[in-house]
Amino acid sequence: MLFYLAKRAISLLLVLLGLAILIFVIARIVPGDPARIALGPLATATQVFEMRQEMGLDDPFVVQLWNYLYGLAHGDLGKSFLTSRPVMHDIMQALPATFELVLFTIVLQVILSIPLGVVAAIYRDTWVDNVSRIVSLIGVVTPGFVLAIILQLVASYKLQFFPVTGRIDQGLGYSAAHSGLLLVDSIIDQRWDVFGDALRHILLPSIALAAGGIGQVMRITRSSMIEVSGRDFIEASRANGIPERVVQFRYMLRIACIAPLTILGLEFASLIGNAFVVEFVFSWPGIASYGVRTILQKDLNAVIGVVLVSGVFFIIANLTIDTILGFIDPRNRLREDSK
Amino acid sequence: MMPVVTPEISTQHNTERLMTSNQMAWFRFTRNPSAVIGAVMVLSVVLAAIFAPILSPSPQSAGSFVDFAHRHHAPSIDFWFGTDNVGRDIFSRVIYGYRVSLSLVVGVLGVAVPFGVVLGLMAGYFAGRTEFVIMRFTDVMLAIPPLAMALAITAVLSPSLINAMIAITMLWWTWHTRLIYRIVKAQMSEDYIEAAKVAGASHAHIMFKELLPNCVSAISVKISLDAGFVILFGATLSFLGLGVHPPTPDLGTMVSTGSEYLPEFWWEAMMPGLAILYAILGFNLLGDGLRDMMDVEV
Repeated sequence: MLFYLAKRAISLLLVLLGLAILIFVIARIVPGDPARIALGPLATATQVFEMRQEMGLDDPFVVQLWNYLYGLAHGDLGKSFLTSRPVMHDIMQALPATFELVLFTIVLQVILSIPLGVVAAIYRDTWVDNVSRIVSLIGVVTPGFVLAIILQLVASYKLQFFPVTGRIDQGLGYSAAHSGLLLVDSIIDQRWDVFGDALRHILLPSIALAAGGIGQVMRITRSSMIEVSGRDFIEASRANGIPERVVQFRYMLRIACIAPLTILGLEFASLIGNAFVVEFVFSWPGIASYGVRTILQKDLNAVIGVVLVSGVFFIIANLTIDTILGFIDPRNRLREDSK
Repeated sequence: MMPVVTPEISTQHNTERLMTSNQMAWFRFTRNPSAVIGAVMVLSVVLAAIFAPILSPSPQSAGSFVDFAHRHHAPSIDFWFGTDNVGRDIFSRVIYGYRVSLSLVVGVLGVAVPFGVVLGLMAGYFAGRTEFVIMRFTDVMLAIPPLAMALAITAVLSPSLINAMIAITMLWWTWHTRLIYRIVKAQMSEDYIEAAKVAGASHAHIMFKELLPNCVSAISVKISLDAGFVILFGATLSFLGLGVHPPTPDLGTMVSTGSEYLPEFWWEAMMPGLAILYAILGFNLLGDGLRDMMDVEV
């Protein structure tokens, strides 16, 4: 198992290295002088020259790349021109909000989509299945920002039950000090008012974010449940008189949840991407809001940082999924180990 | 009695055996209501885009036209989708918006699909080093969150329709490479490939004359499913202010501008939003229908 994970981790690290180089190359080969872009059109030639020196833009390309990767390995992403703070610092400040949103969304996706997919498979071709088919299709095709606006319009403005924007009511005067995740920290501090408020804030954005994945994973769970149900060992369990519910949830689901879990890992990439839009609509103070702001200001170091961090996010998610799959389906790790 | 999950029974109709494969495909397509609905929806979007100047009640609304007397009008007989903050007819703007969306689809897929397909053919056909380089590069590209990457590219290139197109294209080819690679890998051990090799056919001949025809149905299903997502992607970019610029009537930009007037003038964001939804839904239903019809895995 350890060998299997180490192998996966190394290949993912290589992907990350490739990603870092690729982004750097793109940022350097684009037309326009990064120093000029950073300083704006009003800067004098001397200022631009000094900036070029400071950024090391006149060094050979390989030296620049090496310096950049060296800094990266030490957690240094350069300075943001927008906030004139280290990019790493800015990102670290915005990260917990995004992390909380994405984590909550994934939990929501898992607890909703897999059971619903199982139900759709059990009641196959009945009205339950048809309703779930329509709901999942709507979830898949609705753009994140359209769903976000619909939710805002209905749940916040019309029903007045959910707050329109933000992450927490500033009036509560609470700052998350342990993990940075409001929902976790408020439990640790036993501040139930904060917990409730944070929950009400996070619910709409995460529903808007989760919808696409829920629809997709639900259908895949359904089809793999149906596929598994025809296997011999399932028939054998039934023939042995094991109760149908036990067969469905203990034997079939274990095999059938492999495909949906893999898809959830892949969904993660689009989750981070969509977080940009959803955070934008709900003014969620996360990395995406920071990303959009820096992009509009052409703050190259920050943009590279944001893209890289989301890449890391994606890779960690994949590694987690691989670990879970390794436990659920021993064939995965055995196949790798025996190579 | 508990409902029991039983394996999917293949519903091959007996009449199918009497038909040619084309007839059979058409038979399956027309018996699939969602595919037909999808086709009709896609057709309506395409026709609306082509005949926009004739169909739109107020063609001047597509530009930087201003009519303050009619600003913020709710949907009515005169203005089907209402009017926006400067009094332009939203229905007309939506129709013109489809033009922008569809040109994005044609531009992106017109470049990304051939590029991705050729790379996939090469990776699958030439094993060894070519395969390794192409597939690892594809993996790296796939690890990048698409939207984050597109945002970064449009940021350095400055936002515009063409740059949004470039950004999306740079990420889109990977999916086609992966798809074609998988199909080609499965085909390589087939006898007809072996036969072509023995007959002394060139690499190009085997790739484009022998292997490619076997990928066509998968590619066409993928294109139909892709079209919806390219529209979504482009709309998302312009929603964030990184795509098409005003006064060009783009659906994403319209939602973004309209959302400033929530909740009072809800139609200004909602109508273009639903128009995006309609187009994506159409392409998706059509793609699913084609997939069932041609019986391919995408």
